[in-house]
Amino acid sequence: MSKTRQAGAGMRYTLGQFASHAFLLALAFIFMFPFYVMLVTSFRAPQELFTPEFNWLPQVFTGAHYYIESLTATPVLTFMKNGVIISLGILLVQLLTAIPCAYALAKFEFRGRKLLFAIVIFALTVPIQVPALPLFLGLNAIGALDTYFAAMMPFFLSVFAIFLFRQSFKSYPDEIIHAARLDGMSEWAILWTIVVPGSVPAIAAFSVFSLTSHWNDLYWPMIVIRSNELMTPPLGLAYFADSESGENYGALMATATILTAPLMLAFLFAQRQFIRGITMTGVK
Amino acid sequence: MPADIAAFPGPAPVAVSPRRRHGAQIPGWVSWSLAGPSVVLLVLLMLLPIAAIVLLSFTDYRFGALEVSFVGLDNYVDLNSDRAFWRALGNTFTYVAMVVPASVFLGLLLAVLINGLTRGRKIYQLIFFLPVTATLVAMATVWKYLLHGTIGPFNLLLKSWGLPAIDFFSDPDLVLGGLALINIWSLAGFNMVLFIAGLTAIPEELYDAASVDGMENPLDRFFSVTLPLLGPTTMFVIITSTITAFKVFDTVAVITRGGPRRGASDVLLYTTYLEGFTYFRMGSAAAMTVVFLAIIMIFAFLQARVLDRKVHY
Repeated sequence: MSKTRQAGAGMRYTLGQFASHAFLLALAFIFMFPFYVMLVTSFRAPQELFTPEFNWLPQVFTGAHYYIESLTATPVLTFMKNGVIISLGILLVQLLTAIPCAYALAKFEFRGRKLLFAIVIFALTVPIQVPALPLFLGLNAIGALDTYFAAMMPFFLSVFAIFLFRQSFKSYPDEIIHAARLDGMSEWAILWTIVVPGSVPAIAAFSVFSLTSHWNDLYWPMIVIRSNELMTPPLGLAYFADSESGENYGALMATATILTAPLMLAFLFAQRQFIRGITMTGVK
Repeated sequence: MPADIAAFPGPAPVAVSPRRRHGAQIPGWVSWSLAGPSVVLLVLLMLLPIAAIVLLSFTDYRFGALEVSFVGLDNYVDLNSDRAFWRALGNTFTYVAMVVPASVFLGLLLAVLINGLTRGRKIYQLIFFLPVTATLVAMATVWKYLLHGTIGPFNLLLKSWGLPAIDFFSDPDLVLGGLALINIWSLAGFNMVLFIAGLTAIPEELYDAASVDGMENPLDRFFSVTLPLLGPTTMFVIITSTITAFKVFDTVAVITRGGPRRGASDVLLYTTYLEGFTYFRMGSAAAMTVVFLAIIMIFAFLQARVLDRKVHY
């Protein structure tokens, strides 16, 4: 009696597993469909795009034609270079400014500490679109519009980094810091050679978060960048998708593939860090 | 790209050693020299601009104009009677009302199904998270083509199955739905990860207890154990998704530019962007920004309340 019941439960169990897999696979197909369309279209000849029937695979072999066209006819590589310079530049300054500040907030008592932390918490909720106008006017006033500096400046301070690193530094044992101090180490040396190496996971997760958000950002570059030579990947793509008559889908999709590839590949190689870094805004 | 939203604090550090802070004897100037650069940037990049935006919203400043005068609340009064502004605000909320329920429900569904699997969890997580990492602008150009009314693969498929075509981006009634679809696609995986984190925090014993109480049906267990315990996570996911959806900009800028026809997909940030950076009417753009900030602050306040409860929980 009890045996049959168990068998029944086991069966229901595997049936449930099977149903879950079937459902998830169907959804996975839908979720992957845009990526498939991007890739397959980057290999299709124009005459195929304007025929009324849908083929799952290209009918004519175009090889790397559209990729070569994309790389030679549009400044894709320049966009990527700009994306790298701007997002790495932002990250570098963010780390250099946020780490010492977080250390002070985590480990020292000083006048104004509570106020500073309250402002950090408030600033966490303010998105870039709020200070955008005055920052634009300020950059214009000093004649710095349409430069790398303009593209990076609003993000030099990350209150999110301060908040996160403070959490991480707090858990670093005071005894070790104190021992180093007794050995005559300066606070800067303690911070960079002892405390920071202990927080590498938090710093790595933040770096992923920062690099992806600024590589992908359209809003701010759209405001301050005008010249083609300074455009970031999203801005360049938006610009060229528009100016190139909408007919050349092969090259457009090849460009989209090239510009999406770096982050996607990085994600595939370091999934855990990526998921942690990007959702860090959501989970602790 | 979802959200630079307020962070989720971890559990408060439990082991508070007696308040003997080894740093206490450090002179104040050391602390301030560490925090100094950040403080300067905080003032220059955040506090002053916020003060400036509020001030600007009381002026008639136009970019490049030589004269500025204070106009009091005129910009706000004008906004109040501006149909285009209300349409943008209404569209934004309609959009949020489509994106949030769908992406939260989908995220929860994915999380529960994946969490219940005995094998293959990792690969599914990877697949559903992929859209989160993809550059949204690039994927927006893909979606624009994918949903194209005549040559888009989506409509070719519909036609090959004998169904009528749906032209999302040139039909004023469907355009917000089309944009929402993209956001749901790019947000569901993000919510899934948050829900999976919430699910793994539920102690296994509770399910054992439920079985002992004779609860065999997985649906019963879901509604009596899982869902109540996921309550705080769900609230949090709803608010984060709301903030993300509320900030919709990229897809509108790339795909529809507020169209088709007059303003069918105008949303708050896009309208503000045009007002400030295309028409250079800084005063009224500043007033719109203040409205935007006020709404974001309300969401942030709710988020903080939810977090408080979760910490006590």
